[in-house]
Amino acid sequence: MTETLLAVRELKVVIDGLHILHGVDLDVAATGVTALLGRNGAGKTTTVKAVMGLVPRTGSLVFDGTDIGRLPTHLVVRQGIGYAPEDRGIFGGLTVAENLRLAERDGTPAYDLVFELFPELKQRHKQAAGTLSGGQQQMVAIARTLLNGNRLIIADEPTKGLAPKIVTEVADVLARAAETVPVLLVEQNLALVRRVAGHCAVLADGRTAHQGNARELLADEDAARRLLGVGSHRPTAPDPEVSPR
Amino acid sequence: MNTVVLLACTGLGLGALYFLVASGLSLIFGLMDVLNFAHGALLSIGAYAAWWAATDGGLGFWLAVPFGTAVGTAASVLLELALIRPLYARPRDQILATVGVGLALPALIMGIWGADARPFPQPAALAGTVDVLGATVPVNRFVLMAAALVVLVLLRLFLAKTRYGLIVRAGVEDRAMVTALGIDVRKAFTLVFAIGGAAASLGGALAGLYFGSINPGQGTGLLIFAFVVVVMGGMGSVTGAAVASVGVGLVQQFANYYTAAGLGDLSVVVLLAVLLLVKPRGLTGRLA
Repeated sequence: MTETLLAVRELKVVIDGLHILHGVDLDVAATGVTALLGRNGAGKTTTVKAVMGLVPRTGSLVFDGTDIGRLPTHLVVRQGIGYAPEDRGIFGGLTVAENLRLAERDGTPAYDLVFELFPELKQRHKQAAGTLSGGQQQMVAIARTLLNGNRLIIADEPTKGLAPKIVTEVADVLARAAETVPVLLVEQNLALVRRVAGHCAVLADGRTAHQGNARELLADEDAARRLLGVGSHRPTAPDPEVSPR
Repeated sequence: MNTVVLLACTGLGLGALYFLVASGLSLIFGLMDVLNFAHGALLSIGAYAAWWAATDGGLGFWLAVPFGTAVGTAASVLLELALIRPLYARPRDQILATVGVGLALPALIMGIWGADARPFPQPAALAGTVDVLGATVPVNRFVLMAAALVVLVLLRLFLAKTRYGLIVRAGVEDRAMVTALGIDVRKAFTLVFAIGGAAASLGGALAGLYFGSINPGQGTGLLIFAFVVVVMGGMGSVTGAAVASVGVGLVQQFANYYTAAGLGDLSVVVLLAVLLLVKPRGLTGRLA
């Protein structure tokens, strides 16, 4: 792995007396896509929520030399971290344009880039976001992270519940975004991970079980089965398949 | 016919008063999940500040109303900053704190100005009556309706056209996600408290006009019906609150007149129960 942009050490989360994370270590690479993997319930979503300050957390979170471990959510974002949450976090009663406008921060919002990647959003800018398809809503969620000059994009299962064709589209956009902005990708779709990710971390039971190169891990059938519960020895097919959950 | 027109105008005037209290209450609950039991006390502050300015202050009615509104707005902002904000992580304590303020402020007013109703000065221009379809209706009913209409239009413009309005609408849907877009939602909280306090204290000043007098318990009495309006209209919906206010004001007036006095107040609660049975999410389909 190259340089580390976000270093997470001993991240612990306790909610209502339940220990969700017992000490997660995670290095997000300063370039490309870092994948955060693990079985359902391993603590992936809680980890990114903790990074964002959306759940109470302890431990060390250093983002590009700045300690963000005690910052409230809006200031974490203002460090330059764009977040597309697991449930997409779309405001259904607002129009597409309003959803995007809400995400505007300082400087000039990059609408040219967003509409180039998602021309559909331009056509549908007056439509209530709640009436969009799942794939279109995911486009809004990703577009919101691309509007501002973010230094890191966190995408939590962006392909969840999407049709295979849309999965490919989302993967293309993520791959393209990752050329300029590092991405932390939570993903269950291992074909997609194999295609886009460089570094990866695997969580198990609220702890980091493995960190290393994503392709090497997925090529090692025993390790993949042990860590992710799946046999992953497949040809690196260009069409992403949804892995068993 | 005369009676029907008079009852309708009186009911609409009362509904306007409910709307002035309920609109802020609804936005505050919708955005912040705060049940502000001190909202009636804000109405009392507006009423007594306007009354004081119009009598002892010598300002005259037309300056006393904005004065009362300004004092109520300031009190509302102070309430949010000093008491509500430190308790965001403790919702139960927050409710208890607003209940406490809701009880303490009327008691304080009573301690200073006494428990008796104080006659509210009526400007000559608004003291008369107008003839509507043969019924003689006091002018102040229309003042309240006009004020509520202006507040409704301004609130809708604020929500639709301004960035903070956008933040409020989004925050009513998903507050955490608003912060996850880099927005400090606490500023919107304070602003919504200011708006709610302004509307309620304007309602207080105009309640003096409507009832002819003010008393320390007036705000708390109106608050109960304002809560009914908020639940019926759907939490966080200003337009829903407006529709529900009209319904509650009219039902209350007509039932009080045509059945027994007091049954109108009861019928409003029955109306709420029926509505919640038929449409559990309120008129606008938002979670009630």
